[in-house]
Amino acid sequence: MDAFQTLTWEDAWYLAPEIVLSCFTILLIALDLLLPKRVNRNVIGWLTLAGLLVAGAFVVILMTAVNGPETDSASGTRVLLGGSYQLDDFGNLLKLAFLGASAFIVFSSLGTVRDEDVPIKGELYYLVLPAVLGAMVMASSADLITLFIGLELLSITSYILVAARKSSRISSEAAFKYVVTGGVASAFVLYGMSFLYGITGTTNVSLMRSVLASTSDQFEALLYVSFFLMIAGFAVKLALAPFHAWASDVYQGAPTPVAAFLAVVAKGAAFAMVYRIFANTFTSGGGLDGAVREDILLALSVLAAAAMIVGTVGALRQRNVKRLLALSGVANAGILLIPLSTLFANPMHESLVSEFIYFLVAYAFMNIGAFTVLTIVSRDSGNESLSGFSGLYHRAPWTAIAMTVLLCSLAGLPVTGGFFGKLFILFGTVQVHKYWLAAILLVTTVISYAVYFGLIRQMYMRSGSLDSGLRMTVPAAIVIGLCTLATLALGFLPMPILGWINDIFSVPVDLVMFQG
Amino acid sequence: MLDDLPVLSLIVLAPLLGALIVLALPSARSNWLRITAIIFTLIPFILTLWLFADYQPAVGGGAYTEHSTWLSIPLNQEQFNASVTSLKLVFDYHLAVDGISLPLLLLTGVVSTMSALASVHIRKRWKTYYSLFLLLLTGIYGVFLARDLVLFFIFFEVTLIPMFFLIGIWGYYGREKAATRFLIYNGLGSAAMLLSFLILIATLGFSAVEGAGGVNLLFGGNYDTILSNLSNPAAYANVDNDLTHQFGLYLNDQTKWTAFVLLLIAFGIKVPIFPFHTWMLRVHTEAPPPVVMIHSGILLKMGVYGLIRFAMFLFPEQLHAWTGVIAVLGVINILYGAILACVQTEFKLVLAYSSISHMGIVLLGIASLEEVGLQGAIYQSVSHGLISALLFLIVGSIYERTNTTQLSELGGLARSVPFISGVLLLGGLASLGLPGLSGFVGEFLSFLGMFGSMKIVTAIGVLGILFAAVYVLRSILNITYGSLPEQYVGMKDARFIEALPMITLAALIILLGVYPSILTDLMQHGFSGFLEQIHTRMGG
Repeated sequence: MDAFQTLTWEDAWYLAPEIVLSCFTILLIALDLLLPKRVNRNVIGWLTLAGLLVAGAFVVILMTAVNGPETDSASGTRVLLGGSYQLDDFGNLLKLAFLGASAFIVFSSLGTVRDEDVPIKGELYYLVLPAVLGAMVMASSADLITLFIGLELLSITSYILVAARKSSRISSEAAFKYVVTGGVASAFVLYGMSFLYGITGTTNVSLMRSVLASTSDQFEALLYVSFFLMIAGFAVKLALAPFHAWASDVYQGAPTPVAAFLAVVAKGAAFAMVYRIFANTFTSGGGLDGAVREDILLALSVLAAAAMIVGTVGALRQRNVKRLLALSGVANAGILLIPLSTLFANPMHESLVSEFIYFLVAYAFMNIGAFTVLTIVSRDSGNESLSGFSGLYHRAPWTAIAMTVLLCSLAGLPVTGGFFGKLFILFGTVQVHKYWLAAILLVTTVISYAVYFGLIRQMYMRSGSLDSGLRMTVPAAIVIGLCTLATLALGFLPMPILGWINDIFSVPVDLVMFQG
Repeated sequence: MLDDLPVLSLIVLAPLLGALIVLALPSARSNWLRITAIIFTLIPFILTLWLFADYQPAVGGGAYTEHSTWLSIPLNQEQFNASVTSLKLVFDYHLAVDGISLPLLLLTGVVSTMSALASVHIRKRWKTYYSLFLLLLTGIYGVFLARDLVLFFIFFEVTLIPMFFLIGIWGYYGREKAATRFLIYNGLGSAAMLLSFLILIATLGFSAVEGAGGVNLLFGGNYDTILSNLSNPAAYANVDNDLTHQFGLYLNDQTKWTAFVLLLIAFGIKVPIFPFHTWMLRVHTEAPPPVVMIHSGILLKMGVYGLIRFAMFLFPEQLHAWTGVIAVLGVINILYGAILACVQTEFKLVLAYSSISHMGIVLLGIASLEEVGLQGAIYQSVSHGLISALLFLIVGSIYERTNTTQLSELGGLARSVPFISGVLLLGGLASLGLPGLSGFVGEFLSFLGMFGSMKIVTAIGVLGILFAAVYVLRSILNITYGSLPEQYVGMKDARFIEALPMITLAALIILLGVYPSILTDLMQHGFSGFLEQIHTRMGG
């Protein structure tokens, strides 16, 4: 394969969403610089939103082009840039999710984020674009180098975003913590990658798969080293216990929309990268076989179990809602890891990757909704503690009902998206006879009832200190409403989205890459 | 005319519709809310009555079965060869009725209607109250009707959320703790149930259907499929070879036991069986009386129903091997509940422990695995549902007048409220198993069924009846006789709206006491098929 290839016009067309985002970023930075101070920075917010939507439209167009009637789903991929970039449905679905989630987050913060909290608001908006660009690169790359570049682009922009509350010490502290742990994590990932490169002699993920199939027996020890270094690094990015300690601090310090971004987009992108690399190397069915793979699957299951237990139990005593949501994110990250740890264990349930995507979508909706409610409530009460939610039902019944739905979904109660997401993942776990993992998932789910219903209790059964109605902004209300409806729709009618994913998505074609 | 309607769906959905209508009504109009709620509790009740009248035991519930595919989720079939056209995970919307669920449906209809009438005691936030109340009913009816494992689970969970609010908002002093405890304990039960169900779906729920283009493989939660796969030696779950192992389809003995024990725990918490009962005491004492009527009268019976429908029908071999264990658990329930009921100073706790004791008798009936005993188990469930609903109805009326349910602070009520006291005495007598009232029939049948196989255990269990006489008479005499404290002198007796449910429940208790075959005939046909089946499966 040629190391250097020129970018053709056709390639550029397939990279349209990424190029759109880059252009919008540059334009908005310039615009923010040139616009006079008195102009409200919401303009930049709206333009950011426009950029995200245009990129999303291009993703949809490309998806239909790739999966068009003339091409069957088996050939529904395009390999670009010398095999380092791959346009497939795994990437495209996640790109859509990232763009949609970011659009929701940006929209909800329009007019909701206060000037005294985030003094330079333009930044808060336009920096989302390079961050999403990084996430998209992570979802679509097929080469360790481009994957890592995507990871760094996302990470570095999020470090700045976390520090957006410039007058707040806690925000600066959070950003600093995030830089340090994030940097260490990146180093671990890179170190692990270098071993993988050493074993296989290539940075291309699809080539690795075939090389590993023939050479893996000679390098067992190195494979373990590589895996554990990489998973340690990724576990930090994914906020999986015991590598999650930064998450609550960083979420607490960051502006709430940024916390939502970290919880949904940054985490989802890291998952995309983990699935892409691992499904082709460590957990791949054809590449690596035997004891090493079993050990690696076990390690992933243990990590998932630890995250679910630590996240849920930690959230029990948490009085700060943002930290509570951070810890709930830890538990959910554990659940999202389960499909990977059971991948290819039983030929009957290969499509667990689509269940992963389904739960990720449900998770995105319920988290963005919950974080938006938190933004609104904490704006009124002045803090993010549980007591801010006291008597919310009497002040703002619709918000309280929406929050109840979102929390039920987080708790995995029917009939919501969270319920079906968990059910499908659970079913796959039971199918491969990993009953202990299923039991841990179920028990932590029940413990999490206490967490989420603690919040519900505050809303319905306590009287709050504030009597006035909740000051809601229109964009936030729309986002909360949409998230709630989507959560319910995913619960009552999971068929359309699951059927659609299944129609276009195929594990061997879209995630595992054979073209090497 | 009614034949063409989807009666079962109407029963399930009518309360849900009612809940939505209640939500749309103005919250200040308490009378509108109340009347709407009562109407929408009556609709499913009348439909179940019609079902009862129309039901032909010989035919079974076949005529009413409603079955359609709800979700059909494609799984990836690329690992297979071209002859496999699809691999799917299918959840059905499947409702059915038979001689076992019908008595419990009737019970639900009666108790929920009476509870809706008794909800006049609720003093705040009517709109929220009635909408949650109706949502709860949808869940309960759904549980008794659902024949798809996932659908059953969903209805089971749907009852949790409204109960949490009903306890936590309208309960007494310790309501929030009671609500949380209710949620966690029942959540654990549901978790065990879901794990067991998924094991069953992943093994027994598998079927291969020859279609036009090739074979369609599917995993489904259909109860009938699972039941027939269990007894079919050619089903994949029963074939022990490399293929079924590779695909994780084979259900070995160990997994069967796991699934069975998980079901036992799941429904044991709901019943509740002895070490899992603490949550239920709290709910009995802290929830508002109309909600306890539902809880004690119906929700506990969901546990019994689940034990029979799933643990027993699906795993008779395992249950047969464990009859001793279950019988002993039953006896422990009976004696533990009865003895502790004798020393309580709070009337609601007396009733709570008495419930534990009575549910022990149900367990004995199930453990007998004989027709008489099984009929007794259901009969006892229905009878206890009516009795405890009546008693808690009275608790509500007494509390409204005296603001206490402490035995030491009550006394002499027979003089000021003779009607309530009279009904209380009747309920008490039914509870201690006086012949001629419904409690006697249930207890008698259960013990009789058990006596054949385990005489000593049964004999010990019967002691519970002795204690029942002690605690019932002790507390009721304490409440109705003796000197009347001064502050209770001018009390008014039951109003019409209170008396109506009391009279209805009392009449039904007497009816079931003197005319048991009204229900036993139904149940006979429900169980006879099962008994034949286990005799063939276990070799006679």
